[in-house]
Amino acid sequence: MSGDILGKFAGALASGAVRVVDLTHTLSPDFPVIVMPPELGQSAPFRMERISRYDGGGPAWYWNNLSFGEHTGTHFDAPIHWYTGRDLPLNSVDTLPPADMIAPACVIDCSAAAAEDADFLLTVADVVKWEEQHARIPARSWVFLRTDWSKKSGAAYANLQADGAHTPGPDAEVMRWLVAERGIIGFGTETIGTDAGQAGHFSPPYPAHHYLHGAGRYGLQCLTNLDQLPPTGAMVVAAPLKIQNGSGSPLRVLALVQERSTR
Amino acid sequence: MTGPFLKPKRKNPLARTTQPLLPPQARSRKAHGLTLAASVGRFMLQCCGECGRYTYPSREACPNCLSSDLTFKNAPTGGSLLSETRIEVTSDPYFREHMPWRTGLVQLDCGPIAIVHLHGGCGGPGSRLKLSLQLDRAGQAVFFAKPVSETPHMEDDPQWREMTADPKHRRVLITDGRSPLALPLARALGKAGASKIFIGVTDRWKPFGQQASLEAIEGVEIVDLDPTSEHSVQELAMDIGVKVEILINTADHVRPAHLFDVGAAKIAREAIDHTVVGLMRLAQAFGPVMRSRGADGAAGAVAWVNVLSVHGLSNAPQFGVHSAAHAACLSLSQWLRTELRPGGIRVINAFTGPLDTEWFQTVPPPKVAPKAVADAVLDGLKRGLEDIYVGDVAKDIEARLYDNPKAVEREAGQ
Repeated sequence: MSGDILGKFAGALASGAVRVVDLTHTLSPDFPVIVMPPELGQSAPFRMERISRYDGGGPAWYWNNLSFGEHTGTHFDAPIHWYTGRDLPLNSVDTLPPADMIAPACVIDCSAAAAEDADFLLTVADVVKWEEQHARIPARSWVFLRTDWSKKSGAAYANLQADGAHTPGPDAEVMRWLVAERGIIGFGTETIGTDAGQAGHFSPPYPAHHYLHGAGRYGLQCLTNLDQLPPTGAMVVAAPLKIQNGSGSPLRVLALVQERSTR
Repeated sequence: MTGPFLKPKRKNPLARTTQPLLPPQARSRKAHGLTLAASVGRFMLQCCGECGRYTYPSREACPNCLSSDLTFKNAPTGGSLLSETRIEVTSDPYFREHMPWRTGLVQLDCGPIAIVHLHGGCGGPGSRLKLSLQLDRAGQAVFFAKPVSETPHMEDDPQWREMTADPKHRRVLITDGRSPLALPLARALGKAGASKIFIGVTDRWKPFGQQASLEAIEGVEIVDLDPTSEHSVQELAMDIGVKVEILINTADHVRPAHLFDVGAAKIAREAIDHTVVGLMRLAQAFGPVMRSRGADGAAGAVAWVNVLSVHGLSNAPQFGVHSAAHAACLSLSQWLRTELRPGGIRVINAFTGPLDTEWFQTVPPPKVAPKAVADAVLDGLKRGLEDIYVGDVAKDIEARLYDNPKAVEREAGQ
């Protein structure tokens, strides 16, 4: 039976009935990373230094050394990333259950509101309204907050002001609710973090990190192309690097979308 | 008299770039006492501890009393011109490029007679002169004589320009625009007539408060530059490497850490990446092209300035990581000096004490204002120095290291 499903899936991929959408930004040195107060530890930005390029360092081959923080570019947050998830089993990227790396996604389009207000916050009421239009959010599915923030770049993307970053995200209550009442597998955003830019002032601070990781759930951030996903029905493949005791990693996030005409 | 040094015309792209040549370099080990003096802008000659007479050329024993007690001491800078020679033809390859060249025989007020390079504003035999020791394009000490009082366009004398690194009509790259040094440096360079001031800025997506003030200065162009990224440094060099005649490296990374702190090694690695390895990346990208342009017209490539912590000379435990990183920068800078010398490019190290900036907030005065560093760097470029000590702390450490380095080390943590 399973062979049949995968066979059909292969056929659908080949025919284009299932489209693969890349939700990943290119890892590059100038992509913004989270900024902490300078006296605290900082995430290393993405850096690439050449080992050789068909030259004296290696006459027939091209390769590079890379360095970056775990939370650089489009990246995955494991439960161990936050103190609330530090004592959970299977809380690091190397112990992440492989089955959790493939899950359906609900995409809540808040792009209009985020365009109006950089500090837009997703609330329970917004999600309930979305559920009325689409369906109840299934347990173990991703919830992606679409803001079209990924279409910005550079300073507009980071949007750092004198009082910190101003980027949209979820409020505290909706994160508690999504985790406790809907049992989501994780929450994904187009901004630098799963939390809003000003979420340090929320209660609890950084509620997406607090509730998601405290319940053994995951985060995805710096996603792109969410505007190419349907509100429901996309299947997301998010497999972080298998880093020993790692708290997260850059990764390639793919969404499988069934074309409307073939549904 | 000296005419004004006008902005050089754009060069003919079909003409070969003149390759750098150096003046004669042979010196005795003793004569490097003059090099030491010239590098810091002092006028020092050997002086006999027995009979008190100054002597030149440098020697092992006093020609007057045969005492071997000859040490380099500050000497009076006055002299009188005995005779003047305007050299029209020479077989020396370097000087052939610079004909005619004025030299003179000078009776120094302190006794010896010396052959000197003569500023165009100096009068004929009998005229009074002010002497200095300068580092020529080969980095070797030579005597230079100027008129006692200011003459029009004195700084523009072509022979003097060969002994200095005047920013006038030159294009400068300041590597870190986020440094508190960038704004006073850019202002001072603009005032000194730099034709272009490129200012590198990291992470343009982060707010950059100084941008408007910098861009208000004529000739400033903000460019992307992150010395921690090989890619970024090389891309900028591809764009403007051939246009940089003076490079001022202001990149720094001050983060306090105790040697035994968990994570101190990470802080050290970050500091070294920003400073030492950053300097190396800059050297790899900009060094070769600058070295090749040392004789590229009257405003060719001329100097590379590193702003270093004086604690690179002797560790300050409160800023141990920073001191260690800057000690490594100093070593690298000496290496860079050797590599750039064939191009006649001067490497200047400006050693400063703690700056009056956020990272030295808790350090008691005296601290160095960023403008003081900028003024000292400009002074160093215009006078052709090689080592500059800025502020009381740096000057004090320099003097004490000369006297007793062990005492400086022992007293550092107290």
